[in-house]
Amino acid sequence: MNPKKPARRESRASTRLAPVALWGLVLPAIVALLSACSTVPAQQAVRGTGDLGVIIERADGKVQVVETTGRSVLATVPGVGDLSHASVVFSRDARYAYVFGRDGGLTKVDLLLARVDRRVVQAGNAIGGSISHDGRIVVAQNYAPGGIKAFDADTLELLAEVPAVTEDGTRSKVVGLADLSGNRFIYSLFEAGEIWITDFSDPRNPRTQRFAGGKQPYDALVTPDGRYYIAGLFGEDGLAMIDLWNLEQGSRKILSGYGRGETPLPVYKMPHLRGWSIAGDRAYLPAIGRHEVLVVDTDSWEEVGRVPVRSQPVFVMARPDGREIWVNFAFPENGWVQVIDAVSGKVTDTLQPGRAILHMEFLSKGQEVWLSARDDNKVVIYDTATKQPIKTLESASPSGIFFTSRAARTGF
Amino acid sequence: MKNPSFPSDVSSVLLLAAALAVPAPLFAAEAAPAPDPLRARELVHIVRQDCGSCHGLTFAGGLGPALTADALAGKPAEGLVATIVSGRPGTPMPPFLGIVSEAEAVWIVDQLMRGFPADGGAVPAAQAR
Repeated sequence: MNPKKPARRESRASTRLAPVALWGLVLPAIVALLSACSTVPAQQAVRGTGDLGVIIERADGKVQVVETTGRSVLATVPGVGDLSHASVVFSRDARYAYVFGRDGGLTKVDLLLARVDRRVVQAGNAIGGSISHDGRIVVAQNYAPGGIKAFDADTLELLAEVPAVTEDGTRSKVVGLADLSGNRFIYSLFEAGEIWITDFSDPRNPRTQRFAGGKQPYDALVTPDGRYYIAGLFGEDGLAMIDLWNLEQGSRKILSGYGRGETPLPVYKMPHLRGWSIAGDRAYLPAIGRHEVLVVDTDSWEEVGRVPVRSQPVFVMARPDGREIWVNFAFPENGWVQVIDAVSGKVTDTLQPGRAILHMEFLSKGQEVWLSARDDNKVVIYDTATKQPIKTLESASPSGIFFTSRAARTGF
Repeated sequence: MKNPSFPSDVSSVLLLAAALAVPAPLFAAEAAPAPDPLRARELVHIVRQDCGSCHGLTFAGGLGPALTADALAGKPAEGLVATIVSGRPGTPMPPFLGIVSEAEAVWIVDQLMRGFPADGGAVPAAQAR
């Protein structure tokens, strides 16, 4: 963008010297110069946002705005901060993407104008965020200082803060934040092993309920219907679950002892949990320290199977129709992706879409999946029916891919 | 520091002399020849990107602690090498032996303590092992 500034200065200098009659020539020239430098997409026609998304360009602090109809990059938006770990939620109208960066930055990106609308640095070290059901409150979950912070979704003004501090003074990292009905948010405390629900119905005066969880929760999910919250545990052989329709029962453990007492294998990357784990009446969950996907009946919450896979699963994502489950893996096996057939419960496809597959995102009806290949600097689009690549997009060190269809879903 | 098996003052002096003869910095410098340039690039990429999953791309910390030169200043290199090689039980830090050799771990710690190099990107696909 460096050429832009000298060009502007020259234009201004010449307008000052120019007689009025020359304005008709000079003004279009300025407009042409400015639009040539702009990252705003050329066409300014009215359009919807339902087929838009963002891709995190991890190393450069940029996001790409993409559209999934023509499968193209519309624009690149810089100035989004340290995106070593980044996650995105969308405004209810799917015009704005809220990007939560590792550096504690919360950036509101206008997808239609392809520019940063607002940005605040709200913590020293953040992991993600969520948006309230009414779309008015954006909540960030932070590692340092551990806790959550609520912001006005329009202005990013700070509304309230809930430090994750327990009786003995321990301040915990917050993981597994998810939105619940009634402008409530649920999250887990890594060090304290608790699950908290904070009610922001009075946004500046939040009220928090606390529950026992389990040892070292690393991430969590709320089921798409908003009924169950499940926290994955690193320090314990099982997961913690809360039935949100029966809160008075507190949490209980599911899949206890899935490791069968065997020594866990090294975990080179923590799995990520979201509502994509649920397919029909089953949940597909990554084991920790075992190269397996655990299959759970969502009625009884008993294990009904386990699928051996190539390595430590990171994302275990059901295609939106639930017919198959796509799995990627932790370093150093992160060039592989496996597909589990929901009917047979077996791996049917083993793919190598590129080097360092960090994330996958399905179109809302599941006909395509976009995969980020960090070390090949590309995003690869697969047809989920044929398991063949359809198209490749250039992207600098891509990590997360987020489509606006998330705007309509609980837990995303 | 008095070792019960060497009660005399003479022994203590000898032990002290022996300790001084092997100052800590030599541990890193002598035991860790720099890897070849391609492997060095690969290691820098792994540490920045994959260790960065937990420690942050800038090593400012995340689920794992900060690994900046400032954060590591004063920590014994041997302990840091042991953490890379064997992991840290009870925490999410896994053992990396097998992915890096012990000598490479010594080199990585040395680089971290000096301020880690920038990521030059993944090794080109044609040269990747």
